[in-house]
Order: sequence, then structure tokens, then C-alpha cells
Amino acid sequence: MAMTEVSRRFAQHEELITGTEAVAQALRLADVDVMAGYPIRPYDSVMSSVAKMIANGQMDADFIVAESEHSQFEIVKHASATGARVFVGSSGVGWMYAMEAIVVTAALRLPVVALVGNRALDDPGAFGVEHNDALMVRDSGWLLYWVAEGQEALDATLLAYRVAEDARVSLPCALSMDGAFLTHSQHLVLVPEKDLVEAFLPPYDLKKRRFHPDNPISIAPQYNEDWVMETRKQSDAAMRRARGVIAEAYAELKRLTGRGDPDPFVETYRVEDADYVLIGMGTVAMPIKVAVDQLREEGKRVGFLRIKWFRPFPDEELRRLLHGRKGVGVVDRDYSYGSTRHGGAVYNEVRSALYDLEDRPPVIGFIAGLGGREVSVDDVFQIEAKLEQAAAGDLGAESAHWIGVRGPVE
Amino acid sequence: MASGSVDITYRGVFQKILAGNIVKTLVKASRHSGKIGGTISRYSDSPERNGIPAKQFAVIAESQDELHVEMAKYEPDNIRLIAALDDTLAKGHESWAWYGIRPIHLGLREGGALLVVSEHERAKLLEFIPRLPFEWRLAILPGEKSFSGLWVYHDDGTEFRVLGAIARLIPEVVGLEELEKEVGKGPKAEQHLDWLRQGYREVQVGTVPAGVGAPNTYEPVKLPEWTEMAEAIIVPAAPRGGRQEAFKKFTTRSERPVIDFDVCTQCKQCFVECPDSVFELTPEGYYNPEYEACCGCGICAEVCPVDDCIVMVDELAFADNRDLYEEWKADRAAYRQFFQGLLERERVTARSSRRKVSA
Repeated sequence: MAMTEVSRRFAQHEELITGTEAVAQALRLADVDVMAGYPIRPYDSVMSSVAKMIANGQMDADFIVAESEHSQFEIVKHASATGARVFVGSSGVGWMYAMEAIVVTAALRLPVVALVGNRALDDPGAFGVEHNDALMVRDSGWLLYWVAEGQEALDATLLAYRVAEDARVSLPCALSMDGAFLTHSQHLVLVPEKDLVEAFLPPYDLKKRRFHPDNPISIAPQYNEDWVMETRKQSDAAMRRARGVIAEAYAELKRLTGRGDPDPFVETYRVEDADYVLIGMGTVAMPIKVAVDQLREEGKRVGFLRIKWFRPFPDEELRRLLHGRKGVGVVDRDYSYGSTRHGGAVYNEVRSALYDLEDRPPVIGFIAGLGGREVSVDDVFQIEAKLEQAAAGDLGAESAHWIGVRGPVE
Repeated sequence: MASGSVDITYRGVFQKILAGNIVKTLVKASRHSGKIGGTISRYSDSPERNGIPAKQFAVIAESQDELHVEMAKYEPDNIRLIAALDDTLAKGHESWAWYGIRPIHLGLREGGALLVVSEHERAKLLEFIPRLPFEWRLAILPGEKSFSGLWVYHDDGTEFRVLGAIARLIPEVVGLEELEKEVGKGPKAEQHLDWLRQGYREVQVGTVPAGVGAPNTYEPVKLPEWTEMAEAIIVPAAPRGGRQEAFKKFTTRSERPVIDFDVCTQCKQCFVECPDSVFELTPEGYYNPEYEACCGCGICAEVCPVDDCIVMVDELAFADNRDLYEEWKADRAAYRQFFQGLLERERVTARSSRRKVSA
């Protein structure tokens, strides 16, 4: 185990662990009080990781195994209201089954941190990655983050607690991790000591919102049309404030760990002088970056932009980074049947964000990697070629292109 | 001819079908003079709880625009008439959120009519109905409140008598002739037309000048801006050992329990069975109802094993929610007189009277 001095004060050591084990390490370091679990692949490997640490005496937390996902999310919602730092998670239709508890958690502004091990929604019964599960809450007030690798899994978990629990935000945060490619693959990860996390993450304090007999409050009363819109506006204001809080927290985490991207909201890879920019979320970054390198060797000016925070959506960054490009290709690992141009959810958000630009680039949608199908470097070459053609107007109707599907694609 | 809205204020569930039939017939009758309309069941009253003040409206218009402007509201404006199907509603009513007690004639326009189904006199009702800055009309349709609609709708004539009274009060909106045409189409038409005309004849109308009536203490609630509201959907709760101050529901009550502490055996049944924890234990071991928290369900009177110990008394016999236990303690002889007076003069539901009926 190599000890790597990253900053003067804080030691970190390297481990070979899966994405979910990296999350579990962050939970130990964040001293989580309550975790509720219910097994479903692929998120559930975090359950065994945490259980093992508790059994080994490395972590002190209440671990409650619920009888269903709905109860699982209700348990942490209530624990969070009493002032406990909590963790929860699920995948695919398990996340769907908990949906009623999930949406009220956001409405009640409780800073629950959840892991979504992204998994295709049934049916068919499948457990490969699709992003539709986490995207189902995109309008509900959850902060949404897409992780691409093991190190980021650990760092983003710490970041999630700090941002979610900040009194200016106080919203739940879901971390999305691609089933298999991140949840079940081991990556080299630098694990910090507790002192770094204590310096980064203040204690969770709900103050006057704490549910306690000494602080008589009613949470979530029924109320009518004269009050609801004001509570919606409060959540809107909190989500707007999240941008500043994320930037602040990310800068601090970078300072303490000595790593991170220039921008808190997006990762950019060879974008600066690129004519064509591909966009994606999660582990699709790996083949795309490889393809970008190889295309660069052929003299094509291609770059990659990875959206990390889907909520709040990085529209300012996208406008700043994408104006004037020859073409933007959005690779969605999700579907949105019947949507504008039959594109995915990310495609339509990106395209909408760029609408106000005078020199807006053509935005082309690609659907790839559904149900956990591998996205290969060759697939990315195909995507880039189609992007160039489509941007030049050579492909006719601008309907989203399905990549890697057997049979006709239109 | 004119357009306008009719507000039927009633006791939830007990009078729901009654109110619904009235507003529906009003709109259908107005069709006979070429008008158009719709009905509104106030959304926040649903699902209705026993006795809770609720509203249904008939909106009658002469054009689509007139109709549409009212039908997109929870409570329409341009109220020509308010009918209170239970006279205890004259004391005002709380809607379900935190707006305080609203006067029964809130929203009534100048010259408009408040129709009350009551056995009481005008002077008695005006003890409770707040004064207004303009002249309005108070109409009384003699009769007992009809709580006919709880399980099976009991056709006791109230529906048609109220319709007849409305035709008398606002003929410019819907007249007797149109109502006769509409009611005459239905089953039991002869009986229903009799009742309709009876209501038209029997309703007693008088004007109430500006400034006459009980003191008007109503102030509209100022709703806070989003920056002023507590965040995260949190409201103050009842403190430990205390009661919720923000929402009292005693306007749900058409009768209140009154206790003869002289015969009370301190058996505790009322305390145990009360669904709203209304009873406070006194130092002497009695159970004293906090009337501000009591919705008048009558369960305490049902479970009390002693004849004429807890009796349910017409809400209009009381001007306030004063503490009767303190009065009993201060002067038992005077309290005895007061209690006997209630039994003799007021509408009372008591265990002894129920026995007499069933015997």
C-alpha cells in the first residue's frame, strides 16, 4: 500500500477497489449515521461493503435492511429529518418502486445522499446500464451527479454530502454509477484519511428544522393551493443556489486532495480547439476519450465533454464551451420515446441550452449502449463520422441515430 | 334577467347530496330561460369529514365568457345568494387551512341575500352574524336542519323548499317558473312542486341595514411570500402538553357537549373515547372539555353511562367557548339552574331522550 503525499497535511493511500467500494470508503470517512438497504443489482455491492466495515469495527452506523425499496427510502428520509447523516441507494425498477418516498424527500429538502447503480428498467428483466432510472427524478429537486470512475466515486460522495447538507441548498443528491463498468470493476483509488474529510465536511446540522420533541414542528402537512407554489419556489431558489455551493465545495475538495477538473460541472477533454464535440455521461467517457485521441492523430479536431452534474444542469458551461463549433454530438445512454427528434434526455437538454446562442452549433442525438451494451471505440468513430455528415446537412432528417443496434436504425 | 353565483354552505357529508342536488337543479332550471351554467364543489372540502363546513356553488351566466371567468376558480365571485343549510353555520366557519373563522356571508355583494334554514328568529341569528358596511337581506326558511344525506339520501322536502326560497330571493337569476319546469320533469313531481311552492311562500325576508349585527372581527389572512415562509414544508406543531393554536375546528360543531358535573361519576369514558383529546383532567378528577378543540362529534355523550350527564346542546345556545367547569365550581346552584334551563329551552340530544324514543 503506497502512501502518497498529495498535500502537506493530508495523507492518502492507494487501493484497488470497485466504484461501490469507493463509495463505501467515503461513507466511512463521512461518518454516516444511518444506512438503509434493500438488495438489487448493481447498487447492492455497496451494502456488503458497508456491512463488512461495520462488522470489522471500522465504521459505526445503524444499518437497516428494509423490506422493500419504498420503506428503505422512507427510513432514511425520517432519519435525515432527525439530524442523522444518511445513505441509501437502489437501481432500475427498485428506484422506481421507491419513487413516492424519493420525490417527497426532495420536496422536504432533506439532504439524503443516494447511490443509483444505473440499470435498465424492466421489462425485460435486465441489469445492464441505462440512465433512465435516475433520470426519472430529473424534475423533482434531486441533485444529480454522474460518476465516470472509481476515484471520482469516492470524491463525489464526499462532495455530495457537503453540497446537499449546506443550509443554502438542503436538497437530496443522487450519484449515478453505470452498472458493471463502474459498480463491478476495480479501479485504482486514492483513499484519504479521516482528517482530510473532517476538514472538508462540516457536521450535519438542521438547526430549527430538526425533528425532535424539544423542537415541536410538523413536517409535511397537507396544504392547499394558497401555499404550494411558494414551497415550489423555495425549492427552485435552493436549486439555483446549488451552483455556487457546488463551485465552492469543489474548489475546497480540489485544494485538500490535490486533484480535480478545472470546471466543477463538466469534464472537458481536448475541447479547446475542437471543431466537433461529443457529449456523454458516465463510463462512456472511456471509449470516447480513446477515440478522440485516435481521431486527433488522424488530424480531426474532436473533443469530449462529460456532463458531471445533470442537476443543476450546466447550461452556462455548455454555452461557453460549445458556441461556434461545427457540430455537437450527444451520446445518450437513455431513451425518451416520442421526444423531440426521438432524442434522449441529455440530447434535448443540451440542445435547449444552446438555443439562445447566435452561433449555435448543430446538435445531433445518438442513442447508444442501452441495456448495458458495450460502447466500443469503433462505435465512437461511427458516431463522429455521422456527426460530421449530419452537421454538414448530409443525413437528411435530424432524427437521433441508434448506434450498435442490429437492423435498420431509423 | 341577470347572471350570478349561488353559494350553498352546508355541513360536510351530512348535507353533501342535498347541496349537490340544489346547485344542479338551479343550473338546469336556468337553462329554461336560455342561460348557461355550471357547478363548483369547493375542492379543498374533499373528502368531506363529518360536520365540517363545506361549499358548493351554482354559477349561472348569460355568456360563455361570464361562465369561464368563474369556473376557473375554487370559489366564484359575483355571489348573489348564500344559503346556510344549517343555522349553526351563522357563527362562521373555518375552511380547512389557516384562515381563521370566516363570517357566513363572506363574499356576499350589496343587496345580496343570506338564506338560513332555521327554527330561530332573525334577532337570534343576528346575534352571531357580523355586521356589514352595506345593506343586505336576511331570509329565514323555517325548518329543522336536514342531515339527510349521510348514508341514504332522505327526501324530506328541504331540497325543494330551499329552491323555492331561492327563486323568491333572486328571481332575476333563477325564477319560480323555470324551477317549476325543471322540478316538474322529475319523479314525484307533484310532491316536489308542492314543497317548491311552499318554500317560495314561507321564506321570511327582511333587509339588514349597514352596521346591524354582531361585531365584525374578521380580518383576511395575509399570506406570506415564499421568502417569509419556513423552508422545507414545516409548520409549528402543538407543543408538548399543549394544543395546536393555528387550527381550531370548532366551527365543525352544530351541537356541543355540556356536562352535569353534579352527576358525573368520573368514569373517564369521555376522556378515553374522545377522538380529539378534548378533555382535560381537573385537579378534582373531572374531565373538562376544551371547547376550542371540540368538533361536536357526540361520542362522549354516546359513551357516557349516566343519564343526562353529557348532553349535546344546540350550538346557537352559546356565544363563546367559555369554561363551564369553572362556572360549576364557582356556583353549583347557579350551574344547576343553567343546566336545567338548557334541557327545557334548547334543542338537546341526551341519553334519557334517546331512551324515551326507543322505549
